[in-house]
Amino acid sequence: MTAETQAANAAAVADFRARARWQWYEPIFWLGAIAWYFLFPTYLPLGTQVLCSALFALSLDLILGYGGIVSLGHTTFFGIGAYTAGLLAKYGWGEPITCLLAGGVTAAIAGWICSFVIVRVQGVALLLVTLGINLVLYEIANKAYTITGGADGLQGIVFWKVFGVFDYDIEGRVAYIYTLAVVFLLFLVARRIVYSPFGLALKGMRENWKRMPALGAALRHHGALIFVLSAAIAGLAGALLAESVQFVALDSLGVQRSVDVLTMLIVGGTGVLYGSFVGATVYMVVRDQLADLNPAYWYFWIGLMLVVVVLFTRNGVVGALSDAAAWFQRRGRAQS
Amino acid sequence: MFSIIQGIVQVLFDGVAFGMLLFVMSVGLSITLGMMRFANLAHGVFAMLGGYVTATLMYRGGWPFLVTLPIAFGLVAVVSVALERFVYRRVYAAKELDQVLLTVGIIYMSIAAAAYVWGPEPMTFTLPDYLTVYRRIGWFSFSTYGALLLAFGTVITLAIFYGLERTRFGAMIRAAVDDRRVALGMGINVNRVFTITFAIGSGLAGLGGALGINALGLDPSFPIEYLVFFLIVVSIGGGGTVKGALAASLLLGLSDTAGKYYVPQTGAFIIYVVMLLVMLWRPNGLFGRS
Repeated sequence: MTAETQAANAAAVADFRARARWQWYEPIFWLGAIAWYFLFPTYLPLGTQVLCSALFALSLDLILGYGGIVSLGHTTFFGIGAYTAGLLAKYGWGEPITCLLAGGVTAAIAGWICSFVIVRVQGVALLLVTLGINLVLYEIANKAYTITGGADGLQGIVFWKVFGVFDYDIEGRVAYIYTLAVVFLLFLVARRIVYSPFGLALKGMRENWKRMPALGAALRHHGALIFVLSAAIAGLAGALLAESVQFVALDSLGVQRSVDVLTMLIVGGTGVLYGSFVGATVYMVVRDQLADLNPAYWYFWIGLMLVVVVLFTRNGVVGALSDAAAWFQRRGRAQS
Repeated sequence: MFSIIQGIVQVLFDGVAFGMLLFVMSVGLSITLGMMRFANLAHGVFAMLGGYVTATLMYRGGWPFLVTLPIAFGLVAVVSVALERFVYRRVYAAKELDQVLLTVGIIYMSIAAAAYVWGPEPMTFTLPDYLTVYRRIGWFSFSTYGALLLAFGTVITLAIFYGLERTRFGAMIRAAVDDRRVALGMGINVNRVFTITFAIGSGLAGLGGALGINALGLDPSFPIEYLVFFLIVVSIGGGGTVKGALAASLLLGLSDTAGKYYVPQTGAFIIYVVMLLVMLWRPNGLFGRS
C-alpha cells in the first residue's frame, strides 16, 4: 500500500468517525425518555406504546429514509414478530428475551423471502407489492382463527418474568423499562448501520438509483440486506408490544398500521434517526389527546397534520426544527 | 348440469356488471396517473362523495334516483377541480412518497368529515322499485339493477373511447399522456387539459359511487375499503391506458365475483394473490409501457 492510499484511507476513516460522533441533543433525548418514567407514572403504558411505535418507525426509516424503498405494508413484519412472540407464550414458552428474539428472527426470515421481490420493482408497483403482501398475510391471519384467534386477536397469553425476576406489573413500570432498554440497544444498532460505509451506500441509493451501480455498488444486494435488517427490527418492535400488552390484535397486521407508521415517520422526519421517535411521540400523544376530546373525528386532525407536513415542511418536525435552527444561525451571523 | 351453466352465466353477468362499475370509478385515476405521474390515492373520496350526494338528494329531497346521477357527476367534478387547483397542483413535481402521504391525509380528513356530516354508520339505501325486480330470459334470471350497471358501463365506455380516439380534445389528452413536454411544445395547454380531464375522471368516479351504492355499500371508510380495488385496476392495467383499465376492471370484477360465488371462505385472498402475481410478472401492468 502506498503512502497516498494510506493517507486517503485514514482520511475516509476520520470522515466516518466525524459523521458518527454523538451530537449534543442525543443524550438529552434519551434522558428525556428516562425522565418520562418519573414525570408521568400514570402514562407509562402510553410511553411503552410510543417506544414500540418509534422502534417500528425506525425500522421503516432504515429502508425508506436511508434506502429510498417506500413500503405500504411494513406492518407485515411487525405483525409476524408480534404473533411469533404471542404464539410462543400461548403454547407454553413465555420467556420474554427468547420470545423477543424469536419474533425478530421469524420477521427477518419473512423479510428475506420478500426481499427477492422487493428489489425488483420500483414506484407504484413497489407500493402495490408491499401492500399486497400485507393484505395476503392479514387475510391468512384472519381466516386461520384456530391458531391466531382471527378478529378477536390472540388472547390468554402470559409472559414470564423478565430475567426471571421482574414481573410485568399493572402500572406498566417493568414493561416501560424493559422496552426502553431494548429500544435503546436497537437504536444503537440502527445508528451503527446508518453511519457505516454500508449506510452511506444506502443514502447513495436513495439519492440516485441509476448512478450508484456505475460506482460499483451492488444495489440489489444492499437493498435486500437493509430490507432484512429492517424487517428484523420491525419484528422485534412487534414482539415488544405483544409482551408489554400481553395481547396480539389482528390489526397489528392491518394496513391501517402500515399507514400509521408511515405517518409517524413523515411527521417526524425521514433519514434522521430521531425523526421516528419525534414522530411516534407526536402522533401517539396527539391521538391520545384527540381521542379523549372527540373519539369519532380525530382522524381529521391526523389527516390535516399529514397535509400540512407535506405541503409546508421540508422533512417533518425534525426538518422544520433544523431549518429553524439554520435560520437563527444565519440571522445571528448577519447581525454580528 | 343446468345449475352449473346457470351459475356460470350468473357469475359472468354479475362479474361483468361489477367490472364495468369498477371501470367507471377508476378510469379517471388511470388517466391522472398516466398524464401527471400523480398517484392520487384519494380517488375513492370522489366516489364516496357521489354516493352521498345521490343518497342525500333521494332521502332529503325525494328526488328520483336517475335524476340524482348527473348531479352527483357534476358536483363531484366541481369539487375535484377546486382540490386540483389549490392542493394537488403543488405536488405534481414532488416525490411519489409525498403524493402518497398528501392523498392519504386527504382520505383521513374526508373520512372524518363524512362521518361528521352523514354519520359513521353505513348508509341504508333502497333502490327504486323498478330496479329491484328480477327478470327472466329462459331459465336465466337477472336483476334490473345489474342490467342498469351494464348499460351505464357500456355507454360510458363507448363514450370514453369515442372521446379519446375521435375528438380533438381526446387527441390532446393522448398527446399529454404520451409526452407531456412535447405536448407543451406543440402549444397544448397541458395544465388546462389536465384540469378538465381530472374533473371528468373525478365526476365519473362520483357517478360510479352513486350508481354502485347498492353493490358496494356506502359508509365513511369507503375510500380506504376500495382503495385496493382502484390500485389493482390502475397497476394491473398500467397507468394511462384506458384499454388496460377496462381489461383490468373486468378481470378484477370477474375474479372477485367468481371467488365469492365458488369459494366464499377464501374472502379477498384470491384477488390479492392474482394482483401480486401480475405485479411480479409485469411490474408496469399488462398494458403498460416500460
